[in-house]
Amino acid sequence: MKPSEQSIVTKNLTKKYGTFTAVDAISFDVRKGEIFGFLGANGAGKTTAMRMLTGLSKPSSGEATVAGFDVYRDAENIKKHIGYMSQKFSLYQDLKVKENIAFYGGIYGLRREALQAASDQLIHRLGLQGEVKTMVKDLPLGWKQKLAFSISIIHQPSIVFLDEPTGGVDPVTRRQFWNMIYEAADRGITIFVTTHYMDEAEYCNRVAIMVDGKIEALGQPSELKVRFETDTMDDVFYQLARKAKRGD
Amino acid sequence: MSNLSIILKKEFIQISRDPAILRLIFLMPIIQLLILPFAADYEIKNINIAIVDQDHSDYSRELIGKFQHSNYFRLTGYETSYKNALKLIEADKADIIVEIPNNFEKTLVREDEATISLVANAVNGTKGNLGAFYAQRIVQEFNSKIRSEWIQFPRVNPIPLINVEYINRYNKRSDYQTFMVPGILAVLITMIGSFLTALNIVKEKEIGTIEQLNVSPIKKWEFILGKLIPFWVLGMIILTIGLVISYIVHGITPGSNLWILYVFTAFYLLAILGIGLLISNFSQTQQQAMMVSFFFTLIFILMSGLYTPVESMPFWAQKVAWMNPVTYLVDVMRMVLLKGAQFADVLGHLKIITLAGVALNVLAIWSYSKRN
Repeated sequence: MKPSEQSIVTKNLTKKYGTFTAVDAISFDVRKGEIFGFLGANGAGKTTAMRMLTGLSKPSSGEATVAGFDVYRDAENIKKHIGYMSQKFSLYQDLKVKENIAFYGGIYGLRREALQAASDQLIHRLGLQGEVKTMVKDLPLGWKQKLAFSISIIHQPSIVFLDEPTGGVDPVTRRQFWNMIYEAADRGITIFVTTHYMDEAEYCNRVAIMVDGKIEALGQPSELKVRFETDTMDDVFYQLARKAKRGD
Repeated sequence: MSNLSIILKKEFIQISRDPAILRLIFLMPIIQLLILPFAADYEIKNINIAIVDQDHSDYSRELIGKFQHSNYFRLTGYETSYKNALKLIEADKADIIVEIPNNFEKTLVREDEATISLVANAVNGTKGNLGAFYAQRIVQEFNSKIRSEWIQFPRVNPIPLINVEYINRYNKRSDYQTFMVPGILAVLITMIGSFLTALNIVKEKEIGTIEQLNVSPIKKWEFILGKLIPFWVLGMIILTIGLVISYIVHGITPGSNLWILYVFTAFYLLAILGIGLLISNFSQTQQQAMMVSFFFTLIFILMSGLYTPVESMPFWAQKVAWMNPVTYLVDVMRMVLLKGAQFADVLGHLKIITLAGVALNVLAIWSYSKRN
């Protein structure tokens, strides 16, 4: 594989807090346009790994490049080329839908016409035409999540990081949410998503399963099911996760 | 539009929608400047006095009358024995006991000398001291009066006649409100500046939006300026509201030196906002930020010379007071509003506060980190 076809490359990426190793020498590649699932129990190190890749946290050792930029030297450049949707809801509740779009679009460098076009397109795609002047706090949770995702990719990043984006969302909205993820991937945006819903793992092109800070399995869902001699991802995950020593 | 103006626009929209902040910046100055200067009065009045008159003579009655007619005292007990009067002190019904002994008049006339006893409850030291001091003055006046009655036509006046004349400059009627208002205004600006900045940033931490900003290309200085400028503007608005109230209600006006106050406050707010920023960097929750701001503000206010003159503090406390930014603003406010100080008079303070502002903000920017 040519390096230019890779979105994320990590080699022995490690994060230690004192004597505790949150992420233990993980190595993997994510291809451009791929939907890459990052699975693991609570405390397995998913969020820590993601925080290192998004430049929020400095790795203790190892190497990583994101969108071609080094996480040590070029964190600010990475930030221009990625989108991020955190576990916590990250839109401003006391701003209107339109104001949130203008703010986040604005800080990613979208100006006047480009912002207007992106904003109109986003509102149209979500069917929020009637709600542009609604305060975000007054939207139903499902809509908020979809809006947060759309805003996180408003600047057409090359990669978007989604940290448990569907937590607390009903199954119908979850389905719609994944349709939006597919659409984004079709437009060439690489998706890096953490989840602990195993049905969602089936939607990914490839998944990595983390246990106690290490990647214990990596591959297409169909491959993994064959390797672990089972027909559900749930069972694959269960076989790996029960070896875990830490949890919450 | 630059990133900074995008952030500023968002901050101002949010502030304008926050009823708590709006209430705080309009109601706090009004309430504090209307109520505090009238209520928090240094002057000791209504000292409760218990009198033990064992003499029941013309002179003792005259002396008691003097106490009764004084504005400072309120007769709350007229007892027959010292023991009973002491009970009033214990029950907190009296602050001072004046005991006029048996044969007071007789001794005074015959021996040209008599003793009365004055007992003060010094639990509230100021009240006790001042009460005893006022009581002594009344006794002295009484003393002078009877002496001048006795000596009808003296060749030379045997009573020393040194009359001290007081002239109160800058605050002509020695008015307590005039003295307090500039100080309270200084405290208001300080509280709004430090509390609101700290709370605002920590709120973004709590709801998680700060993380969203940290993964964005926003630069550190853009974020920090975006947070400081709105509260700097709010501080200047508070100053304006406060000055208007001071003028309307208390008749205090800075005259042509108004601009000195604005220039000094502009730089002063930088230092205070820097403190707010520092607090927010080390707080994870709004409660935490609130408690820490409260801790510092309380010390700053008590050690600012607002209530007690810095000069009468012990040496070490004076050192602390002059490391406290609030001391400088209280001083400048009083200098400008009461004495009509010129720019040259406040230049020294201005230099120090600017230096402190720069140091605090450098520290704050340095300790704010986009990654951990």
